[in-house]
Amino acid sequence: MSSIADELAKKQKEISVSEFFERNRHILGFDSQIKSLIMGIKEAVDNSLDACEESGILPEIIVMVEKVDKEEFRVTVEDNGPGIIKKAIPNVFGRLLYGSRFHAVRQSRGQQGIGISATVMYGQITTGKPAVVVSKTGAEDVAWRMEIMVNTKKNMPDVLKEDPFIWDGKEHGTKITYHMNGRYVGGKQSVMEYLKQTAIVNPHSRITFVDPDGRRTTFERATDKMPPATKEIKPHPSGLELGTLMNMSKDTKNKTLGKFLQLDFSRISDRLAKEICDKAGLSMEVNPAKLNLDDQKKLLAAIAAVRIMAPPTDCLSPIGANLIKKGLRNVLDDIRPEFYAPPVTRDPKVHSGNPFLIEVGIVYGGGLQKDSQVQILRFANRVPLLYQQGACVITKAIENTDWRRYGLEQRGGSGIPFGPAIILVHVASTKVPFTSEAKEAIATLPELQAEIELALKICGRSLKTHLNKRETKSKTRVKFEIVQEILPLIAQKSAKIVGKPIPKLSGSITKIMNVVWIDDAVTFEKGRHRVRVSIYNYTPTAQKFNLHMVLPPGAFDYKGLQFFPTEVRDDGKATWDLPKIASTERFDLNFALSGLNKDDYDENEIYSSGINPIFIIGAEPIPGDWDVKGMQITESEEAPVVEDEDEEVDYDESTEALNDD
Amino acid sequence: MTEEENKAVSSLKEIAQSIYDQIDTGKIPKMTLPLRTKSNIRFDPKHGVFKYGKATGARSAKKVNGALMLLRTMYVLEFLEDMIADKKSSTLREMYYISEGWEKAKFSSQDESNMLAEDLEIVTACLREDFKLRPEENGASIIGDITISEMDRKGRLKTINCRDDVGDSGYGIPNNVEKEKLQLLSTNAKFVVAIETGGMFDRLVENGFDERYNAVLVHLKGQPARSTRRIIKRMNEEMKLPVVVFTDGDPWSFRIFASVAYGAIKTAHISEFLATPTAEFIGITASDITNYKLPTDKLTEMDVRALHAELKDPRFADEYWRGEIETMLKLNKKAEQQALAKYGLDFVTDKYLPEKLTNMGVLR
Repeated sequence: MSSIADELAKKQKEISVSEFFERNRHILGFDSQIKSLIMGIKEAVDNSLDACEESGILPEIIVMVEKVDKEEFRVTVEDNGPGIIKKAIPNVFGRLLYGSRFHAVRQSRGQQGIGISATVMYGQITTGKPAVVVSKTGAEDVAWRMEIMVNTKKNMPDVLKEDPFIWDGKEHGTKITYHMNGRYVGGKQSVMEYLKQTAIVNPHSRITFVDPDGRRTTFERATDKMPPATKEIKPHPSGLELGTLMNMSKDTKNKTLGKFLQLDFSRISDRLAKEICDKAGLSMEVNPAKLNLDDQKKLLAAIAAVRIMAPPTDCLSPIGANLIKKGLRNVLDDIRPEFYAPPVTRDPKVHSGNPFLIEVGIVYGGGLQKDSQVQILRFANRVPLLYQQGACVITKAIENTDWRRYGLEQRGGSGIPFGPAIILVHVASTKVPFTSEAKEAIATLPELQAEIELALKICGRSLKTHLNKRETKSKTRVKFEIVQEILPLIAQKSAKIVGKPIPKLSGSITKIMNVVWIDDAVTFEKGRHRVRVSIYNYTPTAQKFNLHMVLPPGAFDYKGLQFFPTEVRDDGKATWDLPKIASTERFDLNFALSGLNKDDYDENEIYSSGINPIFIIGAEPIPGDWDVKGMQITESEEAPVVEDEDEEVDYDESTEALNDD
Repeated sequence: MTEEENKAVSSLKEIAQSIYDQIDTGKIPKMTLPLRTKSNIRFDPKHGVFKYGKATGARSAKKVNGALMLLRTMYVLEFLEDMIADKKSSTLREMYYISEGWEKAKFSSQDESNMLAEDLEIVTACLREDFKLRPEENGASIIGDITISEMDRKGRLKTINCRDDVGDSGYGIPNNVEKEKLQLLSTNAKFVVAIETGGMFDRLVENGFDERYNAVLVHLKGQPARSTRRIIKRMNEEMKLPVVVFTDGDPWSFRIFASVAYGAIKTAHISEFLATPTAEFIGITASDITNYKLPTDKLTEMDVRALHAELKDPRFADEYWRGEIETMLKLNKKAEQQALAKYGLDFVTDKYLPEKLTNMGVLR
């Protein structure tokens, strides 16, 4: 007589990974028609970028989406990567969880080896058609063309057809074509947006997109420099979990605990291994494979109790402040943003044994929408995250920051701020803690959130500085209009009416302005940046002071120079001892910078010393850490007199409507 | 140049001189003017009207708006001076368009240029007519047994009886109603009725109200122009005719009455020339709405705001007006003059006006 348990046991059987994902496709992100189309392209492009970077090739990727019928699309993604050897092609595209990066501790886009084969699988489920892969390595003369399907029962590739193939003019690369049911849309979550954001954080790549209407968009390269190759590292012991430790101690080739600790983890020295063993009460010589559960627990506690250096960080590939700015500029140029806050790249930190680092950039103004929420661009290991914004630690960190301090609107000081801005956040890590396999949102780890918030604040501060500067400038510009344009006309007209010579304006001008006004500009022509700094002395007395600027190191051009700086330091800090400027006179400082790209220098950073800072607009007082040689901070001997006048009601601003009806 | 013209030119020059001197001595040039606001009008017991108080504001080159207005002032001064010298005149609207050629000093609206013309009146104590500026015709008119003589455009004196010598639309009030242009000769009328709307004016004319009760009817055409207010004042002063004001029953009509009787805020500098302190309000009053059970409209948000503003207006700071305003707020209703037609076309002339005029003691 068979028990119920026996009955149940008959029904229990192994299901393959592919079968599991076939039924739970949403786990991989294939949960709507619109999204499936984007996910497929994302997986293919991620693979291409990873492959190119690993082989030091500047990526050149073409994505084409064609409409086959009402629902079905044909997608082609072609790269100039190293190609895949014939033997490996079927497994890469036709088998889930097959990949080279799963066990490696380093930063890469793909990690588990699910993505591209899941795409092939999803395509075959919805259209019944195989994927066609063409690949050629540099070493081979011929390329191979294969038609591949995923055998979901066995999680093995089925190769329907394979042919050698002469790939005209192609040295190496891979091209995949698959069919998939989906829906093509524009907007915030679209293929176009995904590729655009990819181009921002991968400024070394050239990405071409051909949409279903045949329109071709190319995101050109913003740099020819490859990001430095990332190194593989051993797992870092901090934040290690018991299960992982147990697996590692079973699988290790090292026969003693001491060697195991030293060689299978990063940052554990001989001395530190001994300290850990002593703390755990275990011998350095014991075979790690023989440790029992109790020993493992003691070992873990000992690891947690010692001080271990942060993991090496050359396994991470930050984009870098310079390239984030270039990438943003390259893609956003048509909306002409008013300000790119200098991007922030933080030093690496660790979450559960995995190094990570945070980068933040903010773009403000210009053609950006004024009264809507700011646009958030989220990236993990240089891959754009388009979905699940609300569930992501990046969004949480943004919401948790008081943006009112940095010049954006935010009700109650929390939540997504409003204003004409884009906030970019890049999380780079050997293991990005996603909330799910679909890799759409990053989990809210406190270490991560704290780091992101710090980076946001630093970037936010530069935004605020810029906005403050803009406000003072615009206020002064208005006064400038009065003294430069309106007042001279008033004087001229009144003189004409009363029949007298035009009166001198200097007294009125200095009373209206009572500042030294610095107006500056940068232009780029014939490969040189021309810098003009005009100093208007609108105070009633003559002024003599020093001007300081931060310039790109080594760029100062002495050729044809009229007025020489007293010093230009190696780090680019330059100082001028300005001549005495009489009241209402102007002095123009002109110089050039050479050897820079146009985008490398676009905003002057001007400081002053030797003058009371409240009388200067357009230059900040020199920071204390500048340590300028031979410069004494002298109070200007005679501070200009602030006009002491009773505040009168402004006749033209008593705005009450005078009409009685 | 006439004496008035000489005075106008020299006082305009004085303004320019003052600006010139301020710049020449290194000051921020400015003009000081009385504030033309509701809170700065005061009752002038000598004339029985409301005039600007002592509060002043500065138009200074410290701010862009002030600087631009000063620049515009200079352009206007020059323009007016030239016009006086050339024996030309222009309308306020023409001056606004002429400023098109003034580049930076161009006016941004005609309100702005009209306002500046008034500012100059205030500073110089001249009238805009002295500067050869005039408003556009506004079409207000008079019907009633009053004889006047008007100097026509060819310089001939025309004698006109405003009942017998005019058509249905009455005698059109010219812009200039000063003595050199217009003389009030004689009248058999006993009083003046100033009427807000054209519809009611026509009703009274058609019903022969002027002849039956010996009245002079003046059409105010909404908020009355200076010349309309000036001629009413002259009829009142020179011919001793009592004046009653007949308007709609809403907050805006209260203001029409106030500008006829007490002086308008905008022209408070010349209230003693324009306002008729003895003018009385005949209706439609707030109590008429209930007493006559008139058809009404609900007060709009704007109406309510206007009523509340009037509670703070010194011109309405007496028991009568406070009562009217508060009653209207309480009723939350307003009524038009023509709502009286509810009781027939003759009701207003047979019953409403005679009753009210008798109560006021105008009719005996």
